[in-house]
Amino acid sequence: MGDIISAFFSTPILFRALIVGILVSLCAALLGVSLVLKRYSMIGDGLSHVGFGALAIAAVMNWAPMVVAVPVVIAAAFLLLRISSSSKIKGDSAIALISTGALAIGVMAVSLSGMNSDLDSYLFGSIYAISDEDVVISVALALLVLVLFVFFYTKIFAITFDESFARATGTKVGTYNMLIALLTALTIVIGMRMMGSMLISSLIIFPALCSMRVFKSFRAVTICSAVISVVTFISGMVISYEFGTPGGASIVCVNIAVFAVFSAVGAVLRRNRA
Amino acid sequence: MDKQEFLINIENLTLSYENMTVIKDMDFRVTGGDYLCIVGENGSGKSTLVKALLSLKKPVGGTITFGGGLKQNEIGYLPQQTGAQQDFPASVYEVVISGCLNSRGIRPFYSDRERKMTAENMERLGITHLRKRSYRELSGGQQQRVLLARALCATKKLLLLDEPVSGLDPMVTAEMYELIADINRSGVTVIMVTHDISAAMKYASHILCLRQDTWFFGTPGEFLADSSSDFMKGGENNG
Ligand SMILES: Nc1ncnc2c1ncn2[C@@H]1O[C@H](COP(=O)(O)OP(=O)(O)OP(=O)(O)O)[C@@H](O)[C@H]1O
Ligand SMILES: [Mg+2]
Repeated sequence: MGDIISAFFSTPILFRALIVGILVSLCAALLGVSLVLKRYSMIGDGLSHVGFGALAIAAVMNWAPMVVAVPVVIAAAFLLLRISSSSKIKGDSAIALISTGALAIGVMAVSLSGMNSDLDSYLFGSIYAISDEDVVISVALALLVLVLFVFFYTKIFAITFDESFARATGTKVGTYNMLIALLTALTIVIGMRMMGSMLISSLIIFPALCSMRVFKSFRAVTICSAVISVVTFISGMVISYEFGTPGGASIVCVNIAVFAVFSAVGAVLRRNRA
Repeated sequence: MDKQEFLINIENLTLSYENMTVIKDMDFRVTGGDYLCIVGENGSGKSTLVKALLSLKKPVGGTITFGGGLKQNEIGYLPQQTGAQQDFPASVYEVVISGCLNSRGIRPFYSDRERKMTAENMERLGITHLRKRSYRELSGGQQQRVLLARALCATKKLLLLDEPVSGLDPMVTAEMYELIADINRSGVTVIMVTHDISAAMKYASHILCLRQDTWFFGTPGEFLADSSSDFMKGGENNG
C-alpha cells in the first residue's frame, strides 16, 4: 500500500491524473444529482459522444484539443437542453441521433487519418493523454464548476425539485438550466480524456443513483455522491495501477460494486422501517 | 371602490392556447383580505388563469395589474400537480425553506431570518415533527401541508391555491379548509381553485365561476341568485 502511495506522489503522470480525476469526480457527482433527478442524464451521455467527435477532429487537424472541445460541447449542451425541454420533438431519440452521429464522425476522422492507435485512448481514456497544459485548464475549470455549484446550490435544489413553483416565484429557471448544462459540458470535457468518452457519463450517474438508494434528503444525497465519487475514483486508480487494467473501466467497476452494496443497504433499511 | 385598494386588477383578459381561446374579455378585481374561489368544470380554464396570474402564461389581450405593493414574485403558489417527482430525495425542511428563495436575490445561503420564517410556517401548519422526514414518504395530506408551508414562505400577501384538497379524504379536506381560512383571517389574501361548491359558498368572500364562453364574478349571495350558474350548483345533474 505504501508503495502505491509513494508511486502516485513521485510519478508526475499519476499525480496529475490523481489531481484532475478527483476534481472531475467531485464536479460530476455534484451535477449528477440534479441531472439524474431532472431526467437529464442522457444529456451527459450525448455530450460525451459529441466531445469524442470534437477531440478526434481536433487531433486530425492538429488543433489544441481543449480549445476545440470546450466550445463545441458547450454548444451541444445548450442544443440538447433545448431539445429535451421542448415537448414537440421526441427528446431521447433526438439526443441519440446527435450522439451516435458525432461518434461516427469522430471514428471516421480518426480512421481516415490513420491514427487508429489513438482511437482506443479517446474511447476508453488514458491517463497519459493529460498534458501539463491540460492540468492547468482542468483544475481551473473544475474549481469554477465547484464554486458555481456551491454558490447556486439553493437555486439548483429549487429548480430540480419543482420547476413550476420556482418559475412562479420568480427564479429564472431557464438561466439556471443553462448554467447546469454549461457546468455539465465543462465537466465532461475535462473528464473525457482520462475516463474516455464511453465511460465519462458513469461518473455523473453512478454516485447519484447509489446515494439515492440510501439517503432521503437532497443535501445528504449530494454530499454522499461527492464522497462516493472521490472514493471510487481513488480505488479505481489503485486497482488500475496494481493490475494494469484501464483506469476508466476500473473506476466504473468499483462503482458497480458500490451500487450493489448501497442497493442492499437501502433494501434492508426500507424493510426495517416498514 | 378605491383605486388604491386593489391587489390584483384584471381587465379585458383573454387567454388562449395556439388558436383555442380559453378565457375571453374577463374583468375582475381582488382586494386585500379577499378569499376568492374559482370554480368551473374541468377544462374551463381555471389553471390557465392561475398561470396567467403567476406570469407563467402570457395574455393574448388585456392586462393584469398588481397593486398594494404586491410584486409578481411574492405570490405563494400551490400547484395543482407539482413538478416534483414521486421518488425525489428531499427532506420536508428542504422543501419548505425553498419557498424563501424569491426574497433573497442572488445570495447563496439562507439567512437566520429565513430559517426562522420556515420554522414558524412549519409550526403553523403542524408539520414541525416531520421536518427531517422524506417528502416522498409522506401521505397526500401531509404533502399538501408541506407545499402550503412552502407557499407561505414565499408570500405575506397572496396565496394562490390550485385545487389544494384534490385526493384528500373528507377529514383532512376539512382540516385543510380550516387552515386556509385561518391564514386568510390573519390577513393573507387567498385565491383558491376548487370543485367543491359548498366549501366555496362557506369560506369565500367572492366567487369566480368559469364556463364555456362566459364567466360570473360576485359574492356567494350573488352567485346563488345568478340563474345562469344553476348547472354548477345542481350537483348530479350538471354537465
Ligand atoms: N399546455 C396546453 N396546451 C394546449 N392546450 C391546453 C394546455 N393546457 C391546457 N389546455 C387547454 O386549455 C383548456 C383549459 O385548461 P385548464 O387546465 O386551465 O383547465 P382547468 O379548468 O384547470 O381544468 P381542471 O379542472 O381539469 O383542472 C382545456 O381545454 C385544455 O385542454
Ligand atoms: Mg386545473
